[in-house]
Amino acid sequence: MTARERVAGTVANYVDERTGAAKWMKKNLTKVFPDHWSFLLGEIVLYSFIILLLSGTFLTFWFDPSQREVIYDGSYVPLQGLHMSAAYASTLHISFEIRGGMLMRQIHHWAALIFMAGMVVHLMRVYFTGAFRKPREFNWIIGVGLLTLGIVEGFLGYSLPDDLLSGTGIRIAEAIIQALPVVGSYLAFFAFGGAFPGEAFIPRIFTVHVLLLPGIFLALITVHLMLVWYQKHTQWPGPGRTEKNVVGYPLMPAYMAKAGGFFFIVFGVTAFLGAVASINPIWLYGPYNPGQVSAGSQPDWYMGWLDGLVRMAPPLETYLFGYTISWNILIPGLIIPGILFTGMALYPFIESWITGDKREHHLLDRPRNVPNRTALGAMSLTFMLVALINGGNDIIATTFSLSINQVMWFSRIGIIVLPPLAFVITKRICLSLQRADRELVLHGRETGRLLMLPHGEFVEVHEPISPELAWKLTAHEQAPALVLADVDARGVRRAGSLKNKLRKRISQANAESIAKPTANDLKEIEHH
Amino acid sequence: MSNEIEAIKDPGLPAHVHRKADTDPVAEKRAERQVAILFLISALGTLLFIFAYYFVPEDVFFFFPVLGNTNAHQLFLGLGLAIALFFIGAAAIHWAKTLMPDLEVIAMRHTLRSDEEDRDALVTTAKERAGAAGLGRRSLIKRSMGLSLGLIGLSPLVLLRDLGPLPGDELTKTSWKAGTRLVTDPGDRPIRPEDLEVGAVAQVLPEHFGEERRHLSDIAKDAVLLIRLRPEEFQLSSERLSWTYDGIIAFSKICSHMGCAVALYEQTTKHLLCPCHQSTFDVPRAAKVIFGPSARALPQLAITVDSEGFLIAQKPFSEPVGPSFWERSS
Repeated sequence: MTARERVAGTVANYVDERTGAAKWMKKNLTKVFPDHWSFLLGEIVLYSFIILLLSGTFLTFWFDPSQREVIYDGSYVPLQGLHMSAAYASTLHISFEIRGGMLMRQIHHWAALIFMAGMVVHLMRVYFTGAFRKPREFNWIIGVGLLTLGIVEGFLGYSLPDDLLSGTGIRIAEAIIQALPVVGSYLAFFAFGGAFPGEAFIPRIFTVHVLLLPGIFLALITVHLMLVWYQKHTQWPGPGRTEKNVVGYPLMPAYMAKAGGFFFIVFGVTAFLGAVASINPIWLYGPYNPGQVSAGSQPDWYMGWLDGLVRMAPPLETYLFGYTISWNILIPGLIIPGILFTGMALYPFIESWITGDKREHHLLDRPRNVPNRTALGAMSLTFMLVALINGGNDIIATTFSLSINQVMWFSRIGIIVLPPLAFVITKRICLSLQRADRELVLHGRETGRLLMLPHGEFVEVHEPISPELAWKLTAHEQAPALVLADVDARGVRRAGSLKNKLRKRISQANAESIAKPTANDLKEIEHH
Repeated sequence: MSNEIEAIKDPGLPAHVHRKADTDPVAEKRAERQVAILFLISALGTLLFIFAYYFVPEDVFFFFPVLGNTNAHQLFLGLGLAIALFFIGAAAIHWAKTLMPDLEVIAMRHTLRSDEEDRDALVTTAKERAGAAGLGRRSLIKRSMGLSLGLIGLSPLVLLRDLGPLPGDELTKTSWKAGTRLVTDPGDRPIRPEDLEVGAVAQVLPEHFGEERRHLSDIAKDAVLLIRLRPEEFQLSSERLSWTYDGIIAFSKICSHMGCAVALYEQTTKHLLCPCHQSTFDVPRAAKVIFGPSARALPQLAITVDSEGFLIAQKPFSEPVGPSFWERSS
């Protein structure tokens, strides 16, 4: 036994006698993780969260979350002598006088964008492959919660510097609170400690941004990962892979090294962006003043769709018995986002209601094999994209020399017309891809080699595909539509038959598919 | 589905293909060297980071292709850190991919559902324990407990009451009063009608007395835009026309949609545009909304001149300025 082994043994013994960790560790050091690039997306989110904690902690050492007015006397000449909040002045101080401060600010902001983008892409991966299905519904809901909180956290974060752009954002947030029926103006005054902007808001959202929300994130991420660990990761269908097993690499050492290495890759890329790509140059915006605004005021992209919806809303207000209801704010600002996020959180249950499928699923779906789900996803993304485009309608209008009215009308019509169109097109594409898969399995790969037959006819030589690929293309299930009787066994019409009818309809649309080839089909072809 | 249809068979896990480094000692040595080099690049990155922190001056800018004019300190500090971090990752992953075991293994999943036995035992135990606590029987305790737990939930809400004052008339009142002079922002100089040429725009605030600087929350309600047109260009009711002075019309600058500053005036079309959500207001028609999400015209401030010829407010705003709220009556 070497000296090193002796030391390690002593430490391990010490820990195990007090925790009994050896048994758990023994089992989990060889825990198997399936490998696929799309499984790294969630890791990117986790790592950027860690980067956010590290860089954010650094920033708090100098940031002064106060709206107390100071006169700027720092090294950035164009703003010298101006009145501004201590929050803004200290952000300038971090940017220009603290060595590495600018770098850390930019890393923090870039990491936030990567965090949000990572969540969105990770969510898309989980959605389009059906990884949210039983038993993973809890994790789906936690994920939707994290995404929602992420949007709030990001907004609060870029609001903290109290520059002209972010102050405008806060003003809009205040208007949304104020628009709430009955309690709006009270809530706004409670949130801001009086009339907008007051001096209470920045210190308050600072606490929420650095303590409350990160704490909730930490708790939710922990549960999220523990569930992934305990339920084991999903895997793509393929040769040797079933609902009952996990095929992949053991945690130690290869997976550990890859995941750990990937953290440094993500951090490195974020640091590179922070080094070379300027982001949120608050010194160009100036301090916040409610009487001023800069043209082309844009939120960060993950809020852009919300702003886009608000921009395209029709000018609708109701005045009733001396009270005002601002539909132009409530519908795009609260009602539509509420419906979208609730629908998203409930989607696993909706789908299982449609398919009647209550089984566990550990093999992922190829998106083409579930046309309806894929089409619904494409439809939602199209909706979000149109909203996001409209969030930048002023920038688009000036960049492409259009009038803002044209862009706005495109969005207003597009947000209604394009999503259903995306649904239909996506569904057709999925079915065509299924057809292509069927062709490939039955007739093999086109080799591009032409053969002239003795009688002069040209044919292309097809090569049979490997049994592995044939299996991969046919491993999925094609469940028939639900059979729901309108009348029960005694011939009495069921209660809620309308609901049944709806369910049947959706289930039928959902089951639409191109029959996958079977071994019988293959044999039949061989006989020809 | 009938049994006759036979699905295509699972050929099973494909045979493992060895990597070059697994079989060829030369390739193995090469991979080892590559990993070491990647780690060394990272170390160099950290050295660059430290060097930049201490020795690259913070006020040196230089031209860097693509990036343009760049601060040397920030760039080298960041690049050093990026290189240091990235290449640790690259080394670890290269190591894992070339030299660490890459044999795919199969692990079995366990059913998440507990055994029937355990589930039954849980139900029995839970029922028994709950029965022992008498939760079902002692309705007096149950109800009083419900009451106390429900009530204690109120205390955080009560505690939050002092977050802010009640709105009172804060949302409906501004600092503008009859006779308040309009002063320039910035500058705080009173203005005469002849200071504004036709087509000109000016941001004004109510005259402010005392040493203390204006509160931002006052500016958030008081900011007003003056626009001078030719008097014949107005299409106003006679009342609203009497609120203008010699072609000068005054509107609240705070958008009636969500409170941004309505800062963009297009001289040719005489439209005011809010840069936040593009609500567009037609100045000659009392800032009527002609496009965008805002549902209300910008409130108009009635102006005239005082005996010394300076612009003043005739009276306070006749309606609340800024975004809508529940208690607003129209």
